[in-house]
Amino acid sequence: MSKLLFEKNVPGSNAFSLPPCDVPEQDIAIPAKFLRQTEMALPELSEVEVVRHYMALSHQAYGVDDGLYPLGSCTMKYNPKINEWAVRLPGWSCLHPLQAPETVQGALELMYETERMLCEIGGMDAFTLQPAAGAHGEMTGVMIIKAYHQHRKDERRKKILVPDSAHGTNPATAHVMGYQVVEVKSNHRGLVDLDDLQAKMNDEVAGLMLTNPNTLGLFEEDIEDIARIVHEDGGLLYYDGANLNAIMGVARPGDMGFDVVHYNLHKTFSTPHGGGGPGSGPVGVKSFLSDFLPQPVLIKEKDGYRLDEDRPLAIGKIHSFYGNFAVVVKAYAYIKALGSAGIREACQYAVLNANYLRCKLKDYYEIPYDRLCKHEFVATGRWQMEDNGVSTLDIAKRLIDFGYHPPTVYFPLIIKEAMMLEPTETESKQRLDDFIAVMQEIAREAREEPRQVLEAPHNTPVLRVDEVQAARNPVVRYDKS
Amino acid sequence: MDIRKDLLYSDQHEWVRIEDDKAFIGITDYAQENLGDIVFVEMPEVDREVEAEEAVGVIESVKAVADLFSPVSGTIVEINEELEDAPQLLNEEPYEQHILVVSMSELGEADDLMNADDYARFCEEEEQRG
Repeated sequence: MSKLLFEKNVPGSNAFSLPPCDVPEQDIAIPAKFLRQTEMALPELSEVEVVRHYMALSHQAYGVDDGLYPLGSCTMKYNPKINEWAVRLPGWSCLHPLQAPETVQGALELMYETERMLCEIGGMDAFTLQPAAGAHGEMTGVMIIKAYHQHRKDERRKKILVPDSAHGTNPATAHVMGYQVVEVKSNHRGLVDLDDLQAKMNDEVAGLMLTNPNTLGLFEEDIEDIARIVHEDGGLLYYDGANLNAIMGVARPGDMGFDVVHYNLHKTFSTPHGGGGPGSGPVGVKSFLSDFLPQPVLIKEKDGYRLDEDRPLAIGKIHSFYGNFAVVVKAYAYIKALGSAGIREACQYAVLNANYLRCKLKDYYEIPYDRLCKHEFVATGRWQMEDNGVSTLDIAKRLIDFGYHPPTVYFPLIIKEAMMLEPTETESKQRLDDFIAVMQEIAREAREEPRQVLEAPHNTPVLRVDEVQAARNPVVRYDKS
Repeated sequence: MDIRKDLLYSDQHEWVRIEDDKAFIGITDYAQENLGDIVFVEMPEVDREVEAEEAVGVIESVKAVADLFSPVSGTIVEINEELEDAPQLLNEEPYEQHILVVSMSELGEADDLMNADDYARFCEEEEQRG
């Protein structure tokens, strides 16, 4: 493992040179108890050594620019570099958030146009670009649902329904918003169990949070019945846009009956995410909910664009200024570059790639729901576990040796030894074939030489990390002694 | 997999030992085996009133985060504070470590829980469902 900056310390070397002080020194009477008694433990290093340190670390990182990144439900698609060019144009990058609206009409027009495009893609009526990420979008959406019920003096609704295959953020959001979370079971086909939904839906339920397709990559075929059951008892339907890449340009949540949606611009609309964020989680609503959107709301008038702060029913402010504006510019560039035909085609390739991968791997790994999937599917390491004691975690670690980022593992929770693969539309057939060959080789190793897999990774700077020890006794502070 | 004859079981893989009106509640061997190495247990507050099947805490392992449910209604009268510093005890001796004790308000609820044989069958079905 590489040394820390502190461990590379060379006393006396440094990367700065300060001019002599040209103002009279003042003695500021800081009470002695606030004064540091020991030297600060700052490393002393020359500029070039600091640069080399971070350059070496960057070589150990892995991103979609390095290779396939099949992290299920994360949509790690390539971020076209033209988006980076677009956002660096001085017309965007030199703006100040406190500029008067009449001097930033171009920026407001871009935001307005983006809102309109997101409405069209989702079949919604109004959007806010303010939320800073997916979970922030969920919170905004559930605040809107809560405000809607409260405005109607419907005070009994204390519960939110969430399927057992949902992303962890869904129950977390509902809980943070003060709702009791009620889990809806999946049926034997991996879809929402309508009987269980019907049994749990009543006039105490504020709404259902749903991802479609769900985390198994399966389209909720009964979505119209689901919407009817929820709406009949006065609940609202929330669409978690995590898996929007599987339907964009082909089907629209608004047409399925969803009342509130959030998208992840950093997934579906190809802006950087993970450590490279920041993200953006715009929220869209049907017109009967638009008064509850957070302020400011962008309004187009005949003499230009205006930010409306006078919104008596709004849930309030959820972000300063304009949200993560730079992310919106990148998403705008992406959508405009693809156009409506391109958006649809990207979706179709994402689905084709996932199904190609599924069919090529099904003889080597168990596929619990082996039928046409959308943009992702779940395989498992159960055969390897039962035959040779090789777990999904071991398989994931072995993938690193072959230069691939592992898929999402042990999720969704309803599948044992799950690995969730989402190749995205970015990948070529040649790249997928290479990945498939690696997965087949790991399956062979698990059978014939399991130690290769059990002891992986073999080629990384740090081998198997002691995750248990790291979680139980984390060391987060450098201690020289 | 170890299933103790003298305990009752919930369908959320908690075990219950009843002493007078007190229910000692922990997680089963099956639960700890499936969770993997447990790294954190979030406990409820003592004196809190709970209803049967209400989530009262969180168990975090390297693989997953799971809710802990109280299989019975009543008032929480004790939590096992040792687990806050040593969550691995739930892996090492699941049946020796209760997580909380509930003073039961409805003694009849114990009849809704499974005995060891029923629970063994229940786990087998869970295994097959995958």
